[in-house]
Amino acid sequence: MVYRILTLIIKELCALLQDRQGRMLLIGPVLLQLAVFPFAATLEVKNNTLGIFNEDGGSESVELLQRLSRAKAFTRVQHLHSDAEVRRAIDRQEALLVLRFPSEFSRNLAANRTVSIQAILDGRRSNSAQIALGYVRQILDSYLEDRQGWSATRTPEFVVRHWFNPNLEYVRHIIPSLVAIITTISTLVVTSLSIAREREQGTFDQLLVSPLTPGMIMVGKTIPALLVAAFQATIILTAGIFLYRIPFQGSVVLLYGSMFFYILALAGIGLLISSICSTQQQAFLGVFSFMMPAVLLSGFPSPVENMPLWLRHLDWLNPLQHFIIIVKGVFLKDAGFPVLLRALWPLILIAGMTLTAADWMFRRRLG
Amino acid sequence: MIRTHPQLSGGSLRRLGALCRKETLQIVRDPSSNLIAFVLPIVMLFIFGYGINFDTSALKVGLVLEDISPEARHFAESLYGSPYLDVLTGSDRAAMGQALTEGRVRGFIVISPDFAEKLKRPGGEAPVLVITDGAEPNTANFVENYLKGAWELWHLQRAAEQGLPPKASVILEPRFWFNPTAESRHYLIPGSITIIMTVIGALLTSLVVAREWERGTMEALLASPVRRAELLLSKLLPYYALGIISLLICVGVAVFLLKVPFRGSVLVLWLIGSLFLGSALGMGLLLSTASRNQFNAAQAALNAAFLPAMILSGFIFEIRSMPAVIRGITYLIPARYFVTAMQTLFQAGNVWPVLIHSMIFLIVASGLFIGLTAVKTRRTLE
Repeated sequence: MVYRILTLIIKELCALLQDRQGRMLLIGPVLLQLAVFPFAATLEVKNNTLGIFNEDGGSESVELLQRLSRAKAFTRVQHLHSDAEVRRAIDRQEALLVLRFPSEFSRNLAANRTVSIQAILDGRRSNSAQIALGYVRQILDSYLEDRQGWSATRTPEFVVRHWFNPNLEYVRHIIPSLVAIITTISTLVVTSLSIAREREQGTFDQLLVSPLTPGMIMVGKTIPALLVAAFQATIILTAGIFLYRIPFQGSVVLLYGSMFFYILALAGIGLLISSICSTQQQAFLGVFSFMMPAVLLSGFPSPVENMPLWLRHLDWLNPLQHFIIIVKGVFLKDAGFPVLLRALWPLILIAGMTLTAADWMFRRRLG
Repeated sequence: MIRTHPQLSGGSLRRLGALCRKETLQIVRDPSSNLIAFVLPIVMLFIFGYGINFDTSALKVGLVLEDISPEARHFAESLYGSPYLDVLTGSDRAAMGQALTEGRVRGFIVISPDFAEKLKRPGGEAPVLVITDGAEPNTANFVENYLKGAWELWHLQRAAEQGLPPKASVILEPRFWFNPTAESRHYLIPGSITIIMTVIGALLTSLVVAREWERGTMEALLASPVRRAELLLSKLLPYYALGIISLLICVGVAVFLLKVPFRGSVLVLWLIGSLFLGSALGMGLLLSTASRNQFNAAQAALNAAFLPAMILSGFIFEIRSMPAVIRGITYLIPARYFVTAMQTLFQAGNVWPVLIHSMIFLIVASGLFIGLTAVKTRRTLE
């Protein structure tokens, strides 16, 4: 029996690797995403234009402006001279943020009066604008502190440490997420699209008349998926550690052990999709309809805790969400088994559910 | 290459009609294309609307109170009172560190045992320490900003209560234009329509045409008196109609159900939507004509159309923060222009300089992809 499954596995791997186009598609996208994602998928705020409408012109505003123009969030400062120009700069997205200094700003500040600066932000990019506003506030605070020197009313220092990622580099969020996303794509493609292709080309019937049982066919389709997905995940992990210099904190055994259950859970979903679909087109759309929400709700683009409660409950069924917690936990936080178990048991449960369902559907469609 | 088919030119329109009819019947009869054209857009729109959100309703933060002086408790009270924070109180740093590792809190603030003492000294030094979860960088930024805001506010209030002379301070008054409450969904939902249009335009078309090549029905079509222009149009028009219907459904759902304001004109929306669909359909046709294999066409469409639209269009991730090379690449991606146009149309209205810029690029992109497909189809026959 083992031998029979083995021949099926070898056949699957041959089918995946035989032609150049197929080999390219197995490795090309991984390398492409590895090269693009860490640089492109960032929510950092850099290289923006800061608009300044200075109605004051005193020494205080000039000094403050010099400090603002040194911030890495703003590489260009655009001087504006009227309301119309402010409107134009924001409308055309020339500036992310316009600061408007009122007249008498310097004089009022020198007289220790409270003054206000209007910050006009582009609401079409409200997340970035808010982060940029945070930078402006920091610069403003440090300016005021330096100005006042050591006085009794000075706000005491506020020390911030970022654990697991001292400089808040996005790449440390992206590489672990990418490990999870790439394994998702390859597992689903290998399991569900390959069966659909066999169906469409008629070779699936040949498999069925062979001495292989439906259970053996399922195993024979799952193991190549495991191999391919683990291989692709290893490429990304290696690149993350050696190319992007992210220190690997936790245990490799724990990571690959959890990955095993994750791929099982996905193989179950892939097999389930392929048992329902009769053409490649349907299988592809099925995979897509699962993958798209799974990735979007995984906590990779935006945090899970920002979702409404009903969606968070629903998202519990999303294996990707749990697996990203595990990869990040092991990779960045050196999380131990007890911590990982909180994300691992849902994965095991989902794997059990999807594989059982796929098995049942397979037998029903074939019986 | 100019050929004259006097005997065929009269029937051209009729033939095109017949081809379109065949294509439409194929779409309508296949449940999976119905799924992708009508059900998936709405499901996706709701996922984008509720699932992707940068606005934290309440940040989960920890508070480690190692000091029990009235000052420390006074500060703790001010944190409990904040609507932006969901505070978990403890007295042990190690336990709170564990909660951070598990993701139960996204950051915590430590009030050290000598908090009150240090506070009394003039020019008091660092009585608070904030630790954030750097594994979630965006959230970590917000934790820092919110806690800092709370800390400064408490100081101002305390200074006022103690009757200290007011110090010079500068108040930043933020005004978010187009989106006064700074809700991220107001710009994410218009952007997400781009992704949906890409799926319909590029993914669905590439699959359908590749299937015709794979099954040999494309050769059969080419052997008939159909001209290439008619063939291309017969593939473009039905999917264009499908795409425009989905676009209208998406905008309708966004405006009436998800309550995203739409300030531009519907006519401009239709125009820009058509141009973008032209480029997406062109790309889908090109990929499937080049690969002639559904499996590979689907993968290629995913990588050449869908992922760039997700990552490089500026819909979620900031184009300006990308390195120069990648920023250069984004200029070649049609989705980038459609995202900008949609965000502007929804929120700012008809800002012509932005819209015309997008339109020009989309016209060029559509022409390029459809032209390349025409060339590719012709070559394969001769």
